[in-house]
Amino acid sequence: MADSTNQIGGEGINPSSTTNPPTVVVDEAFVTYRVFASGKAIPENSNQARVKRTGNLRTVEAIKGVSLIAREGDTIGVIGSNGSGKTSLMKAIAGLNPIDGGNIYAASRPAFLGVGAAMLKDLSGEKNIILGGLAIGLSKAEIKQKLDSIVDFAGLRQFIELPMRTYSSGMVERLKFAIAQARAHEILIVDEALSVGDSEFRKRSEARMKELAKDAGTVFLVSHNLKSILATCNRAIWLDQGEIKMDGDAREVCEAYAEQVGTTIDE
Amino acid sequence: MAAGWLEANCPWEKCPQVSDLANLALTSGLSPVGKRPKITSYLKSFFARRAFAFTLAKFSLLASTARSRLGVAWIVLVPALQVTLYGLIFGLILGDARPDNFLPFLIVGVVMFQFLSGSFIEGAKSITSNASLVRSLDFPRILLPFSATASQFVRFAGILLIALLVLPFFGEFPSLSWLSVIGVIALAAIFSFGLSMLAARMTTDFSDLSQLIPFITRLMFYSSGVFFSIDKLTEAYSWLGFLTWANPISVYLELARASLVTGYSATGFDWMVGGLWAFLMLSTGFIFFWLAEVRYGRLN
Repeated sequence: MADSTNQIGGEGINPSSTTNPPTVVVDEAFVTYRVFASGKAIPENSNQARVKRTGNLRTVEAIKGVSLIAREGDTIGVIGSNGSGKTSLMKAIAGLNPIDGGNIYAASRPAFLGVGAAMLKDLSGEKNIILGGLAIGLSKAEIKQKLDSIVDFAGLRQFIELPMRTYSSGMVERLKFAIAQARAHEILIVDEALSVGDSEFRKRSEARMKELAKDAGTVFLVSHNLKSILATCNRAIWLDQGEIKMDGDAREVCEAYAEQVGTTIDE
Repeated sequence: MAAGWLEANCPWEKCPQVSDLANLALTSGLSPVGKRPKITSYLKSFFARRAFAFTLAKFSLLASTARSRLGVAWIVLVPALQVTLYGLIFGLILGDARPDNFLPFLIVGVVMFQFLSGSFIEGAKSITSNASLVRSLDFPRILLPFSATASQFVRFAGILLIALLVLPFFGEFPSLSWLSVIGVIALAAIFSFGLSMLAARMTTDFSDLSQLIPFITRLMFYSSGVFFSIDKLTEAYSWLGFLTWANPISVYLELARASLVTGYSATGFDWMVGGLWAFLMLSTGFIFFWLAEVRYGRLN
């Protein structure tokens, strides 16, 4: 079993080019959720002590001391089973989720693209573009100027004046990606957002991510599609139980992960 | 370059232990993520993104009425119906105990109360109802309660304008004293923004509170003298005298009536209390809200 190859520890922490300046540094980050839940827990194997109980309070250690350095030009695939802490780590890097220990540093505020509900579902796609653009820091004039290209990138021209509650989840993700790519983000985090898009849109967005990384940016791509990771990423991080199990060349990590879960990359 | 550099360039008041990674990050010019910004830079980014708040306020006003046939007309129809209803019910029940100039008294009361309670209700929902926005985009969260207050303010301005046009039909004619209502509006708006921030954080901290919001607004309604005169009440029960200054809602209602309705007046003390409440609510609301800034993205 490919256990803890390339483990974090002082030297050789970053397998990609070590000469490029860093854009994201994660230093021993911890994320712990406190959730109220009543009811009895199903007895479990004691080796998985990520959920601790005190009365109705469950403490979940989502991220347990993760460290990594991401550099300019890195496109990093993030893989791991469901619940391994991928989204928690990405949200922490994006500043959307506070960390409970350690530190995270970034060159600029990262843009986060995740699966989820529409932004404001009663508003039209166009109004959501305007609001989303203003929220990520574009000016009104810039939005006006880029509106057409955003609509075209999303490929939603026909539906742009319909309220977003009428959109399919694929259409919502297209629009969100189109908004996020409108601004040159130094750091872009894509959290399974492309998994619901069709293959034509996926190709277009993969190309755009490569382009962003080439412009001295850093892209994190969370996906269960190993093929998509290999097509876009030069590096991959495998998260397991809230810890980094492997960090290295995308192909090596994906192969080790595929072997562990008993599949092949092509599946 | 390790410890000495960090001491000189430490971005926090108290520097953490210096690790190799922290050192690399700081020497490369990276800045910490997920930490509460300083108040000054928080205010700066709030100001820089204000266009977002105003646009959100405008869109949510439109969206709130978009699904109904009468659309924007509802903004005025709701308070008009309220005045009719309260006028009929309380006018009959109260009988001779009705405040003087009952209809203008009631119109001004309902319009002011709607603004203040609306800011409270919408402010309380501002983070939770925009959860998908908060969870996917990084922007100063204060924009959300601000936007809630702004959209309530626009609503309020429209209703007030119509109320002012209607008042002459009930025997209240424009006079110089009407100008002082601008001061009342300003104080009430500042107060509302503070209240909205307070409510926004409280409902994210204790989600149970959202169940209590209807009761709190009812309590506000019955204790603020929307349809009865607090002054008459305190004449009868002198121990309730604290209501004239301890309840900010009634303070703003009284100030507005003093400006617009004949037979009502405000003293310098009333204005001072109104100003004090506005300042107090704005500063506590802001600081209370800012303290939890990084936590709003994590909704359990």
